[in-house]
Amino acid sequence: MRRLLGLVLAPFSKTQGVARWMLAVGAALTGFFLILAVFAPWIAPYGFAQFSSNGKQFAKLGHPSSAHWFGTTDLQTDVLSRVVWGARTAVEVVGLAVFFSLVLGLFLGIVSGYFGGWLDRVLVLVMDAVFAFPSLLLAIVFAFLFTSLIGDTFLFLTGGVVAAALSLTVIYIPQYFRVVRNTTISAKEATYVEAARALGATDGVIMRRYLFGNVIQSVPVLATLNAADAIGTLAALGFLGIGIQPTQAGEWGFDLQRALDDAGLGIWWTSLYPGLAIVLLITGLTLVGEGLNETVNPLLRKQRLVPVEMTPREQVEP
Amino acid sequence: MTLIDSSAPAAWTSGPVMDVRDLRVWYGTPRGAIRAVDGVTFALEGGQTLGLVGESGCGKSTLGRGLMGLLPEGAKRDGQVLFKGDDILQMSVHDARAMRGTDLGMIFQEPLTRLNPLMRISQHFEETIKQHEPSMSKRAIRERAIEVLNLMGIPPTRYRSYPHEFSGGMRQRLMIALAVVLRPAFVVADEPTTALDVLVEAQIIRILNDLRANFDTALLLITHNLGIVAEACDRVAVMYAGRIVEQGDVRDVFGNPQHPYTRELLRSTISLSTTGLNFIPGAPPDLIEPPPACRFHPRCPNAMKVCADKDPVETVSSSGTRVECWLHGPAEAVPPGGDAPLPREEIGIADEA
Amino acid sequence: MPTKPDVSAETPPIIDIRDLSVRFGLGGSTLARLLGRETGVVKAVDGLNLTLRKGEVVGLVGESGSGKSTLGRALLGLVPAANGSIVFDGDDIAGYSKRQLREHRRHAQMVFQDPNAALNPAMTVEQGVGDALRIHGVKSPTERRERVVDALERVGLSPVELFLPKYPRDLSGGQKQRVVIARAIIMGPRLLVADEPISMLDMSVRAKILQLMLDLKASLDLTYVYITHDLASAKFFCDRVAIMYLGRIVEIGDTDAIFADPKHPYTKALLAAIPDPDPSRTLPRELLKGEIPDAARPPRGCAFHPRCPAAFEVCGWEARDLVAALENHWLKTAAATYDIERAKIANLDALAAQDAGPAVLKPSGQGSSDDLRRLLDEVRTDPANATFWSGVSEVRDTTEGVEVEFRDGSDPRLRRSGDVEVACHLY
Repeated sequence: MRRLLGLVLAPFSKTQGVARWMLAVGAALTGFFLILAVFAPWIAPYGFAQFSSNGKQFAKLGHPSSAHWFGTTDLQTDVLSRVVWGARTAVEVVGLAVFFSLVLGLFLGIVSGYFGGWLDRVLVLVMDAVFAFPSLLLAIVFAFLFTSLIGDTFLFLTGGVVAAALSLTVIYIPQYFRVVRNTTISAKEATYVEAARALGATDGVIMRRYLFGNVIQSVPVLATLNAADAIGTLAALGFLGIGIQPTQAGEWGFDLQRALDDAGLGIWWTSLYPGLAIVLLITGLTLVGEGLNETVNPLLRKQRLVPVEMTPREQVEP
Repeated sequence: MTLIDSSAPAAWTSGPVMDVRDLRVWYGTPRGAIRAVDGVTFALEGGQTLGLVGESGCGKSTLGRGLMGLLPEGAKRDGQVLFKGDDILQMSVHDARAMRGTDLGMIFQEPLTRLNPLMRISQHFEETIKQHEPSMSKRAIRERAIEVLNLMGIPPTRYRSYPHEFSGGMRQRLMIALAVVLRPAFVVADEPTTALDVLVEAQIIRILNDLRANFDTALLLITHNLGIVAEACDRVAVMYAGRIVEQGDVRDVFGNPQHPYTRELLRSTISLSTTGLNFIPGAPPDLIEPPPACRFHPRCPNAMKVCADKDPVETVSSSGTRVECWLHGPAEAVPPGGDAPLPREEIGIADEA
Repeated sequence: MPTKPDVSAETPPIIDIRDLSVRFGLGGSTLARLLGRETGVVKAVDGLNLTLRKGEVVGLVGESGSGKSTLGRALLGLVPAANGSIVFDGDDIAGYSKRQLREHRRHAQMVFQDPNAALNPAMTVEQGVGDALRIHGVKSPTERRERVVDALERVGLSPVELFLPKYPRDLSGGQKQRVVIARAIIMGPRLLVADEPISMLDMSVRAKILQLMLDLKASLDLTYVYITHDLASAKFFCDRVAIMYLGRIVEIGDTDAIFADPKHPYTKALLAAIPDPDPSRTLPRELLKGEIPDAARPPRGCAFHPRCPAAFEVCGWEARDLVAALENHWLKTAAATYDIERAKIANLDALAAQDAGPAVLKPSGQGSSDDLRRLLDEVRTDPANATFWSGVSEVRDTTEGVEVEFRDGSDPRLRRSGDVEVACHLY
């Protein structure tokens, strides 16, 4: 536990100045949304699809009030509750997507970089093709595909969430693959890898115990930045009405799309709060990513030198 | 020769080209100041080569970079560095930078990392020379570059090649050619042969040796190889923990080392005449908190009580060798009983270099 | 000397290398790589014979590119043999499967040149050294720890508890090399290949590591292959020395014999080039010129002939040596003279790439055959080109230009000469 805490706090102690502020602000923002996501049932006053309470229907497009702090939507749902539940959806989808793409990207990247040859060529070709394709378009295609493949629920998760996560996974794998493959190619030339082979290690052992630990260092930065990007893509999918349905979970992109007509009528609350949530979470994750980059990337990490005070020379005794 | 005169200030006519007095170079760290160079004094005449030796972590490279002004931010230097009589440390940043290349040259250990892989050799020379001689024509640059390259043993047929088309030894020759093409009066060579094979190393030593004849250069040769110093240098300075503990004529110092550190370094070197293995226990100290008084005393087989109490005083022998060691007095400065042997603490592998 | 044990010809061989060749494919140009073509083959080791007797220290000495490291790696099966056999304890490891090779590495281990790179930065000393055991199926962590502690004690890293949890970055160069050695000996090997184990270390530590290796050899009954470019440490450390050049052994014999009376000009050059801290000894004025040639295109005849100060008629002279002779000449001329002379030759680059046959120097539009003949006469006067001219049988005018014909050369084979074996036409 203490080690884990130390690991989490290490980037803070290693940075200073702007990088430390970026990390701190980013972590605070991200942490805030994580808390919303985890404790959504307790924080949100109502459910994400709830339009009545105690047998009384909510007002349609109601102004912010003591009962509905952020007002209500045209579907008579509570905006505050939608925003809080939306945080849960975003965290679930993006967390899953990052996890899946990271695992697959790492595995394929190490294998491809280590073995090289035709396997490498094929994988690089496929990954580059995926990478070159417009990511939103690809996400839309896969969202359709996965939504039809996966039912309403998948294990304990909502089917829409899993489908959205898988479609995001597809578009982010190539990034991990590229980074990991390239670092693997340079790391496998290192003497310690040859030393492992000289010890009698199998390819599997070399990849697991000698390459893995040395190629994952750039992954945390990439993962946080990808997560930020994924929030935007998820919202875009929701905005287009693809993937998660309003009855399955609260989703900010969907809310924004519904609020589109309201904005012209002077109804600002339905669009402001979900929009603000998207912006803040993306900003938070980006700040964490850039802050981490300063600590992890050796090119940016300057050796920490502080101004030196030279002591006056001692008088040499005659 | 058609080479330009590296315009010396009118005031300076004779004396050492490089005269360093009580130079200190410290780095600041959160733990305290690293005293990488801590009060170093030496002088070097034109055409002379001074070998700077010592273990890694004794401040050799810092001294070389400190003279060139190639220090990272957070480093500070004081004392005097007189180049042809002018104190470099008192100059403006701009003036000091203008001296690099024309007056002060530097040869690094890893030639490949210092050459731009996308530029032909000809372009390297054009860039280097144009920086200081913007009016020079391409033709004149070529003639000058080929003249220097020939001295390095690189035929003119290779003038338009790329760095990767050269072998390691050839690249080091290129680096030397680039460093001396503007005829700097003072050159620092930092471990120029460490990455090279013996035969190529010998060729490079020969080239460095010829520099003084061809260019009248004063050369500071930083190396950990005592053999190279014996081959290529007139004088030697032995550095330990930020200080020069012994300096003098190479023949005198290596033939009859005065400082126990010099003697032990020579003994631990493996040469063709080696018949037994000797080594110095322990490692150079942490330069943030070096041992008090004589910094070598914890590893010194001849340490006396006074060595742990008082800074050693520099003495000059009849041959001109200067040494900082209590074994050579002055006797009157040693407190009564100070010459009793110092009980030595056990030095384990845990402290090994 | 302390290292000379009673290894005699009767001691059984631990390794017997017969006619071994190791080849590497070259990458070639970007286009060729894209098209998946192989553009060339380097013979890193070329038809080499060597026998190692149990308990011996054999030095492989040569410059980088001589194939000494490749030969060392072949002994562990880290590079595949293209030809020939490596018989270790009666079994030919050149024919081993991957699995058999992994098993073989229990018995043959390696110490690397750069201790900073040879240890996995993500493993502690305990994990790094213990991984050799894990790889070979020692499952119990307690047993692993016991054996790691024992190995670290053997290499002098005590107190062991201090070192077990450390990462390589927390250790000094000498300590890292001790860890590398501990990892190499932990499986109880019989053969240790040490690839320049001290060249990256500080002078003051080198002797300590050599001493450690000597101690380990005595206590663990090891046989060493010591790879180095430094003849001084080889002289002290080895029982026998093999001098290598471009994948071949050019001279081999007992250390004492080789150092007392070096035969091959290359051995002599290597010996002369060692800088000695004794100021009364200095380097000879005449050093070997040039550097080890590209192994993808080794010179004809004796591969050493372009650099050899003693080369003569039969050493295998060829067209590119003429280019080198011209370059030697141009080193001593001004740039303007070079420009004029160079402009007269039409086919210099083609000559440098020519593989066999006489060299025909063709005049360009700016020069005539007579000009070229005069140039050749001038080249001939340069004493640096004396060895080259000994190999020229005739210079004559043809319709194309000036033809330079070479004497037939041949490739010298290892022959016994006195107490050593040497591959040189002089013997």
